[in-house]
Amino acid sequence: MQKLQDIAVMVEPKDDVPLNHLNATPILHEILHALQRLATQGEPTTIDLRAIPFGPGDEDALLNQLGMGEVKIELDTLGKSTIWETAFSGVWIIDHQNAESERIALQIEVAHIPAIIKAQTEDVTESLQLLDNQLNPNRTETTGLREE
Amino acid sequence: MADDMKRFTQTLGESLRERGVSRRGFLKFCTATASMMALPPTMVPAIAAALEKARRPSVIWLSFQECTGCTESITRSHSPSVENLIFDHISLDYHHTLQVAAGDAAEAAREAAMHENEGKYIVVVDGSIPLDNPGFSTIAGISNLQMLEETVAGAAAVVAVGSCAAFGGLPHADPNPTGAVSVSDIVHDKPIVNVSGCPPIPTVITGVLAHFLTFGSLPELDALGRPMVFFGQSIHDRCYRRPFYDKGLFAETFDDEGARKGWCLYRLGCKGPMTYNACATTKWNQGTSWPVESGHGCLGCSEPDFWDAGGFYNALSIPDSDIIRRAGVVAAAGVALGAAAGALNRSTRAKAAASHEKVTIDDLDKTS
Ligand code: SF4
Ligand code: SF4
Repeated sequence: MQKLQDIAVMVEPKDDVPLNHLNATPILHEILHALQRLATQGEPTTIDLRAIPFGPGDEDALLNQLGMGEVKIELDTLGKSTIWETAFSGVWIIDHQNAESERIALQIEVAHIPAIIKAQTEDVTESLQLLDNQLNPNRTETTGLREE
Repeated sequence: MADDMKRFTQTLGESLRERGVSRRGFLKFCTATASMMALPPTMVPAIAAALEKARRPSVIWLSFQECTGCTESITRSHSPSVENLIFDHISLDYHHTLQVAAGDAAEAAREAAMHENEGKYIVVVDGSIPLDNPGFSTIAGISNLQMLEETVAGAAAVVAVGSCAAFGGLPHADPNPTGAVSVSDIVHDKPIVNVSGCPPIPTVITGVLAHFLTFGSLPELDALGRPMVFFGQSIHDRCYRRPFYDKGLFAETFDDEGARKGWCLYRLGCKGPMTYNACATTKWNQGTSWPVESGHGCLGCSEPDFWDAGGFYNALSIPDSDIIRRAGVVAAAGVALGAAAGALNRSTRAKAAASHEKVTIDDLDKTS
């Protein structure tokens, strides 16, 4: 019987051309139109990349073409989220991961600032109360701040 | 107990905040939920508003003639911090594979959940129902048919998970030795969602439950009762190898030049053109890949009678029963069902129905 090491194995050299099924191109055009809307009407757009039928290499091709800009933000809630501006100002990548560092959503947001970055109104109201309680622990009334 | 009550009456927004999840965290949760439900990102604010107020629905999960693959699939759904939050917010009151209780205690939990949530609970079913002899598949001595009928009676809706519950699946494959039928062959007076697949994609199962939790309603369905958002387009229409199909570039064997170059797998038996499922976009295993991306054609596992479609490696042939169903010849199916039901061991079934009498091993040998 032939031994395992007797079976000839031919290792094929890795192709230098990166694999890409050209599915990134229509997304890049969608981003172009979204940027146009943002520039002229101030209207933001979100594209969910989970809904796109990417083949091997397509996602890398898209992210490579978009490149890396000057802002990178890390969010730590229900696992990490990494948000970065691409080389095209106003085009952001939002990579949401869960506590096990598995990706739960990958989106492109074309906006002046991604919606999730803004402090949320209810959280601001709560932190106002919290800080006030810390500074004035003996105050009796529930909200010590005057309504303007 | 008081804690249990609180969990039951709390809205999802309240329980997340109690766990220290910020509004940003909630927004992230809603974004991932929208993505999981295959809804556009513009729906996130509406989802956030609805989830903020959502209350825990009770879910009773019944497993009949199945291989437990569907439960294996859902327990591997890949975003624990999001889907677990959804599951924490669903009261899974009965699932005999996952629950600790067994026998009478388990059945008591099922009956209590049915009683307390009359008219509001969801019944999830995996597995087909054998009609030839109730003894072929029983739980605590109760036949699958009887358990299904009595459990769905007070349900708001039924979710048939997997191709067995949705269309009969493997047990229903020729020659169908147990007289297996689907949930919709038996239940006619409740809304039914068919989440087909062998097994279904985990996020598609949770996506349907999340839809009910979020909007309190069922998603829009196709002609076979499947949610349009996941089953609205064929594998072929969303396949990244489609440009090769259109150019007539096919792999002829699994190791030829075409296979290495990632050409279309049609001639190797790919059933993508007749199969409706979300594999090409949602993918499997944390979104890593899916069968066609791994170099194997689609088997058509989310379609009725895919086991009898003429060989996984033969170039496409559409199963006859699929054509019958799509043409809406429901009457023929109704007659077949009647015949199968007639073949039941009537005396045993009637007795068992009257008193929950245990079906014994001897009953398997009896003829009607
Ligand atoms: S591999 Fe299958 S689904 Fe993809 S294009 Fe070919 S036939 Fe269609
Ligand atoms: S690719 Fe086809 S056979 Fe494979 S899981 Fe998806 S629908 Fe089922």
